[in-house]
Amino acid sequence: MARLTIAEALREAIREEMRRDENVYCIGEDIGIPGGWGGAFTVTLGLEKEFPDRIINTPISEAGFFGVALGSSLIGLRPIIDVQYGDFLFCAMDQIANQIAKLRYMSGGKVKIPIVIRAPVGVTGRGAQHSQMMEPFFHCLPGIKIVVPATAYDAKGLLKTAVRDDNPVLIFEHKLLYGAKGVRSESGSIDASSEIPEEEYTIPFGKAVVRKQGKDITIIATLLMMYRAYEAAQILEEQGISVEVIDPRSLVPFDWETVKKSIAKTGRVVIVEESPRRGGIGAEIAATIAEEMLDFLIAPVRRIAAPDTPAPFSPVMEKFYVPSTERIVQTVKEIINISS
Amino acid sequence: MKENYYSTEQLLMFYRKMVLIREFEERVKFLFLEGTMPGTIHQYQGQEACAVGVCSALKKGDIITTTHRPHGHCIAMGMDIKSMMAELFGKVTGCCRGKGGSMHMGDIEKGVVPGIAIVGGGIPIATGIGFGFKMKNMPNVAVCFMGDGATNEGTFHESLNMASVWNLPVIYVVENNLYGASTHVSLVMKVEKISERASAYRIPGITIDGNDVIKVYETAMEAVEKARSGGGPTLIELLTYRITGHSRRDPAAYQPPEEKKKALENEPIKKFTSFLLSRGVSKEIIESIREEVKIEIEEAVKYAMESEYPLPEDTLNDLFA
Repeated sequence: MARLTIAEALREAIREEMRRDENVYCIGEDIGIPGGWGGAFTVTLGLEKEFPDRIINTPISEAGFFGVALGSSLIGLRPIIDVQYGDFLFCAMDQIANQIAKLRYMSGGKVKIPIVIRAPVGVTGRGAQHSQMMEPFFHCLPGIKIVVPATAYDAKGLLKTAVRDDNPVLIFEHKLLYGAKGVRSESGSIDASSEIPEEEYTIPFGKAVVRKQGKDITIIATLLMMYRAYEAAQILEEQGISVEVIDPRSLVPFDWETVKKSIAKTGRVVIVEESPRRGGIGAEIAATIAEEMLDFLIAPVRRIAAPDTPAPFSPVMEKFYVPSTERIVQTVKEIINISS
Repeated sequence: MKENYYSTEQLLMFYRKMVLIREFEERVKFLFLEGTMPGTIHQYQGQEACAVGVCSALKKGDIITTTHRPHGHCIAMGMDIKSMMAELFGKVTGCCRGKGGSMHMGDIEKGVVPGIAIVGGGIPIATGIGFGFKMKNMPNVAVCFMGDGATNEGTFHESLNMASVWNLPVIYVVENNLYGASTHVSLVMKVEKISERASAYRIPGITIDGNDVIKVYETAMEAVEKARSGGGPTLIELLTYRITGHSRRDPAAYQPPEEKKKALENEPIKKFTSFLLSRGVSKEIIESIREEVKIEIEEAVKYAMESEYPLPEDTLNDLFA
């Protein structure tokens, strides 16, 4: 067992998968440069030493190299695309939404698209264009799986599953959870490191984790918001409110079974999300709960989300923008009060 | 033209493929206009020498990407026209089981990536196929078909740059038919030849008559052999003309009558027929090929019409592997 950060765990997963299968390679900007960073957040740092021909550094041409990855996957390669910031996915949107996500379907199932896209997200002191949570833009897009690892253990196991999946998989990694070191370290980071077993493991998609058991209310949250929800749950516990915290770990596929089991027990549910409220993941989860679980609910479903604006820069506004532990505590108390 | 190097058999193979494309497209147009065939169509009449000349230079294992106007490329790559016709009718026996339709026609087994119908969308994909061939040390090439309009897309420039930097076995084939939908090339680019654009990436760029199937074949052959032996990418601009509308019922009123008339005189099948006659091929042989092709197409139409539709709930299949 060794304690690894998410960045280190991802690196280990990539290294192991590249050793296991010579068709696996990494492609992206500022990767594999001796003396460089190993991508924007150090994930691929040093891998070029072991795999000089399979860490492919590209021009700044997102649409171009996403298409290159797709083309190469059609003849059996298994690219792991490294995007510096999730926001840049928009530059490659045609390749992702029209090509990568649809090519198998429109071929009548005759081609396979084994592509992993790794993209950092998180509202982190960079203003509107380097801070977006990208999940909602892809959640509505059939043909692509979405994974959101909040711990190093999950990051490694889910990435390995993603590389072995014959379909496109998007992994959103949170900048404040990487644990990147040195010049690429991130202020305000949270320790998301885990003890990583020596032996190999993978984690299946569509299996949520109950981070904390509780009986009064269910909170669903991913990535950084999972930590805020967990912290809120601890505070609420001291005040006599028992909170269950669910980390879905993958959004597509989604583990409805775990969520429904929890709501059947608690009758109350809050979804916490770092992205704007309108059209967010929370809206989809809430709608499904309303359709299928209404009889179990003893309080309205609540969403705690960012406002419907771009992410602001000033730390004062950013703090207002991102759902805080206090907001979660407050909202849970409100729900408990109106339904007890 | 090194026409003396060609056997009559090979020349007739060019002819047969071009006529197969022409007659296929004419039949499809009729079926579409009479309302039998659903959807929309972008047709290839007039550009047959481009597809046939280039694809004849390829070997098994080579892969092409095509566009929203894919029928000609599919036929030139040897796809089964029964499965193509069935796809156009939305039948389960279609090459994409009814999920693709006209614009996404393809068959990876025959080296055709399903049609990429977003202009410019296929350029990086073909580049990636070439990248993959190189990474896997495979002796194959990728060919990227595109129209003149696609060379104004960012992906064109991003792709040529990467292919150049990485010295990839990719041939970019620009079929310049003078119009992006209804817009004449002169309204949207200043270059006289689109092949000039290759020089920005230090890729050889060639402009030739795209209606001369032998010239196209020879030029493609040279570029393909060069790419196959590690010599990197080439851009080939083929000057041609679309002698039908952009799509569906487009009467192409933006094409001036004089220009159209000239194009019809210079269209590839007419041109090649004269050449065959000058080589001593008999009118009877030429006519018999046309008749054979028509029969083949009627069989495809019959097959397509008699095929079953997919089940409505087949909609839910084929999303994930």
